[in-house]
Amino acid sequence: MKSTAQDPAARWLTVRRGQHRRPWEWVAEKLIFCVALSAIIVVLLIFVFVGKESIPIMFGRTTSAAIQDIIRVEDFDTTSPARLRKYLDLSEQQYKDLDREAKLELMSLKAEAGKEAANDKDARVNTVAWRHLLLPYQWSGYDHPEYIWQPISMIHKYNIIPLLIGSLKATLVALLFAVPISLAAAIYVSQLASPRWREWLKPGIELLAGIPSVVLGFFALLVMATLFQNVFGYESRLNAFVAGIALGLAIIPVVFSIAEDALTSVPASYIQGALALGSTRWQAAWKIVLPAAIPGVFAAVVLGFGRGIGETMVVLMASGNASIMSASLFDSTRTITATIAAELAETVFGEHHYQMLFLLGTLLFAVTFVANMIADQVIHRLKKRMEGKA
Amino acid sequence: MNRAALSSQTGCNPFARVHGDATSRIWTGLTLGSTLVILGILALILGNIAWNGLPGLSFRFLISGADKDMFDVEKAGVLPMIVGTAARVILMSLFVIPIGVVTAIYLNEYAKSTSKLTRFIRAAVNNLAGVPSIVFGLFGLGFFIHFAGGSLDLLLNPKNSEPVWGKPGILWASLTLAVMTMPLVIVATEESLKAITPGLRDASLALGATKLETIRKVVLPQALPGILTGGILAVSRASGEVAPILFTGAAYYMAHYPHSLSDQFMDLGYHVFILSTQSPNIDQTRPILYATVLALLLLTFTLNIMAILLRAKIRKGMRAGH
Repeated sequence: MKSTAQDPAARWLTVRRGQHRRPWEWVAEKLIFCVALSAIIVVLLIFVFVGKESIPIMFGRTTSAAIQDIIRVEDFDTTSPARLRKYLDLSEQQYKDLDREAKLELMSLKAEAGKEAANDKDARVNTVAWRHLLLPYQWSGYDHPEYIWQPISMIHKYNIIPLLIGSLKATLVALLFAVPISLAAAIYVSQLASPRWREWLKPGIELLAGIPSVVLGFFALLVMATLFQNVFGYESRLNAFVAGIALGLAIIPVVFSIAEDALTSVPASYIQGALALGSTRWQAAWKIVLPAAIPGVFAAVVLGFGRGIGETMVVLMASGNASIMSASLFDSTRTITATIAAELAETVFGEHHYQMLFLLGTLLFAVTFVANMIADQVIHRLKKRMEGKA
Repeated sequence: MNRAALSSQTGCNPFARVHGDATSRIWTGLTLGSTLVILGILALILGNIAWNGLPGLSFRFLISGADKDMFDVEKAGVLPMIVGTAARVILMSLFVIPIGVVTAIYLNEYAKSTSKLTRFIRAAVNNLAGVPSIVFGLFGLGFFIHFAGGSLDLLLNPKNSEPVWGKPGILWASLTLAVMTMPLVIVATEESLKAITPGLRDASLALGATKLETIRKVVLPQALPGILTGGILAVSRASGEVAPILFTGAAYYMAHYPHSLSDQFMDLGYHVFILSTQSPNIDQTRPILYATVLALLLLTFTLNIMAILLRAKIRKGMRAGH
């Protein structure tokens, strides 16, 4: 172990010479410190600004019921313009452009529609309440209670369970495909390959990370979907399976480089010891190096999961995007990320659909945040332990 | 006695020990197989795109605009998308490289690695690297466009109800991407700062330079290749990203080039998405789709390979230096 007194790098950190004579250097160093805080600030800002939009739904302060209390036409002058605008579903510009007569006309139309729809019990349901987001509901016209995501319709149905299952299905396929193969490759490249080959194989695999996800999505959509359908003969051309395999290609570089890093950080003395006792290189890699680096492998899988659940373009293009509740991998699915990407452009700023998509974003951020934190802690501890024993 | 017999008698044939018994050989073969499968898939994707894309990637295609008929095989071009993508990544680099480099300097030259704050900053950087790109898109919309842009509009011309900054634009897209690629620049810069021998800093201090002078005139010039690597990696990553710019600036179609920071732009990656999902006849437009994908891949891959080569050079220098 290095002792602090002898370590030149540690000495450098404590250098404070000449600062008293040069005030601008003091200022510059404080500035450097402030800029360095930007990473923390940005993470906080993401939390605040993505979370902020979803707060009304989170605390039940918004309502999406198709009919709300009817404002009578006679009350036009006594109601505040802001409330009227919201009641009539108009943007500020539209509200300004319409004259009084047109607004009164709209109100009477709305009142009439409200009276007609009053018999429809669904129209009074506040679909963004938590129980409607998570639990099945008996909608009229359906045989039994169902989980439905259908934001663009008379009754805005916002059940997030189908999307959650869609995301998990695609990510599960991706992990099942990517983890074994990239772990095996990491073992080969870090432990078994000769150093000369290693120098070529590692950057070669990492090149996969250089393919933009929109290109992977395009490849899945045009080439893989047709190929897999011909080979496996399933019905829906775009489904969780195709999307999952393409997603796996995006995950492979992540899992590979982190696992490879962890395996390489195992001290050479471990391997030399095993080899000296007569084990083969494979035995040393499998029985000594892998167990020692297992926390790093775990971190690699966790980060791969985070990457998979957050990937957008691949699933948007290759999963079919139908929000069906089904356990089959060969049915079209809709994921959380694809839903945000496909629907946000159609929403109105501040309206319940917009808030709902930000809620999905917050959920996604929270999941990946936790995954990152776990992986970060695990890797940090592993590094510390390995350095201590080196 | 020949050499082979000698080595088998003395048991010091390194080849025999490396591969060993049958089980070890099989498993070694399987791991090698996995490695080759990954490389094979990579080659397959690149080969397929190159084979189908090259015929369409003519000079005319690269220098003509999209015009009204972006699905017309004879007339379509990608120049506006290339210009848009280039503009947004250049703008992004202006933000991300200074901030990333300064953060890396703080982490490597000033911060004590044991302090809580340093751990915090590092955790934040790692975290930022793992945030899904679509969440950056939401953040760009919520923070840059509605908050920053909205406030700017109120400040600059409160009377005008038509938003200038409070709508998607190239500046907001670039800033969103800058936030996303910050970890890449920080990590690459730090790695090259670590590779510099501490003796160099000591020598500079011994000659009477202050710490900041040493960093500016000795440390940074030495770290330049690493900073460059980080910058290139960030540009390569950003030029292929679509999700963060979906709501922050990319346009489906624009008749003119962006001529202001608040203008929207056409984008190569977004165009790939449009061509592959909205084409009226996918079989007919396949040639331009493949050519566009190839153009995008050429852009990101050239940058990526440059970064890999540079990094390999730095690592070699690091090993030689110690």
